Amino acid sequence: MSDPLKKYNEIPIGGTVIASEVKQPETGSWRLGFKPEVDLSKCVNCLLCWINCPDSAVLIDDTDFKGFDYTYCKGCELCAETCPTDAIQMIAEEKPVDEYGRKKA
Amino acid sequence: MSRTIKETPSVLEASLLTGAQAAAHAMRQINPDVVSVYPITPQTPIIQTFSKFVADGKATTEMINVESEHSAMSAAIGSASAGARTATATASQGLALMIENIYIAASMRLPITLAIGNRALSAPINIHCDHSDSMLARDSGVIQIYVENAQEAYDYMVMAPKIAEHEDVLLPVMVCQDGFTITHTAENVSMLGDGEVRDFVGEYHIPYSLLDLNRPTTQGPFDMPDYYFEHKRQQQEAMEKVPAVLKTVQDEFYELSGRLYSSIEPYKIEDADYGIVILGSTAGTVKEVVDNLRDDGKKVGVLKIRSFRPFEEEKIRYHLSRLKGIAVLDRSMSFGSYGPLFTEISRCLYDTEPVLRNYIYGLGGRDLFPDQIEDVYKKLIAGDTSKATEYIGLRE
Repeated sequence: MSDPLKKYNEIPIGGTVIASEVKQPETGSWRLGFKPEVDLSKCVNCLLCWINCPDSAVLIDDTDFKGFDYTYCKGCELCAETCPTDAIQMIAEEKPVDEYGRKKA
Repeated sequence: MSRTIKETPSVLEASLLTGAQAAAHAMRQINPDVVSVYPITPQTPIIQTFSKFVADGKATTEMINVESEHSAMSAAIGSASAGARTATATASQGLALMIENIYIAASMRLPITLAIGNRALSAPINIHCDHSDSMLARDSGVIQIYVENAQEAYDYMVMAPKIAEHEDVLLPVMVCQDGFTITHTAENVSMLGDGEVRDFVGEYHIPYSLLDLNRPTTQGPFDMPDYYFEHKRQQQEAMEKVPAVLKTVQDEFYELSGRLYSSIEPYKIEDADYGIVILGSTAGTVKEVVDNLRDDGKKVGVLKIRSFRPFEEEKIRYHLSRLKGIAVLDRSMSFGSYGPLFTEISRCLYDTEPVLRNYIYGLGGRDLFPDQIEDVYKKLIAGDTSKATEYIGLRE
């Protein structure tokens, strides 16, 4: 936030935002008490959650579902809403989970 | 896309074409990737002719037949941002409906070509020519070229993408031809060969396209008060760079066609004492009146403005500042003030000698006759210094 504001001739024209030059805001701080959790045993790898996540907070490994990146997940629940097998549930923020938001064994 | 173009032979002598057909031929030769358009009189024959070229396989353009002009420009914005050379066309109410997206296209710096058939705005509804439609877009950030005849309409349609897409510019270009007077009137038009036009306009390239997956971008996003102002300043800078680019493109076009253009056209103004300043097709009639008055020994001339945006102040000042009297003929009104061309001219001559008069003419397609133009000159010569706007041919 403390970066100096740039002059008109130092920024891309037309308001274009160049993805590689953008500092991603850590939208994970926006969550209001709930986070997604996945039960991998129920996941059918349809990747609907990955497509629908507005913050690219659903991680994949090549073409396989991997889990969540809580740094960017703002808790919108779209993943849980679109999950056809209810593998994704919204849970209380303080509930412990395994790596990548996977349900504790 | 595997469709190929059926070539039209390269050497085309003068053809009898309307301004609308001439513009459509220019579009066929440019062969834009995408044209999104909605028909409206008097622009319709532009896009009707062009659609036929596409249907006949003479252009491989993706035609998008949208449901309104608002959508036409929306689709054009999407297409141009994606990385496709894009054109559209409109007039009058269509331009009015398109206007918010014209501002967006200019602000997003998308080099879209717009073919305009100038027509009066409602109400009362009227299909005939005046310039009130394109004047709506005066402050939108588009380049505006007003042409005098079908030949100029063709030539500037060919030049438009090259001006618009120049890396210093990246702005939409409007080529404005007077509705009916140019769009529907057949004249001899000399065309370039298809290959010549294709080579002249070259490959489409913009710095950032949405489909460039190696350099992902977001386009048309949000600005807070800390950056919006800077983006507006960039648009002004782009406009300031247009005159040099326009000159380069016009000079390159001259080498190709033998037709030399400039952002303004001075006609017998060099040694004149009195002049008329005007946009569009009426300039042709004024030139004829100038010739007749010159035969009677009157030192009169005319300055036709082709590039209204940007307004090339220095050049215009050079030709006008030493005249004794100038009449600015506006074909649109800014109710509560003077005509838009008059306010430009008076601003750029504010510290000079000439007496300035503003005349409004031709609204809603009202004819302007040579003897009426002659009266304007005669009043100037008689030393008329009235500041009031006059209306030519109005019953009052």
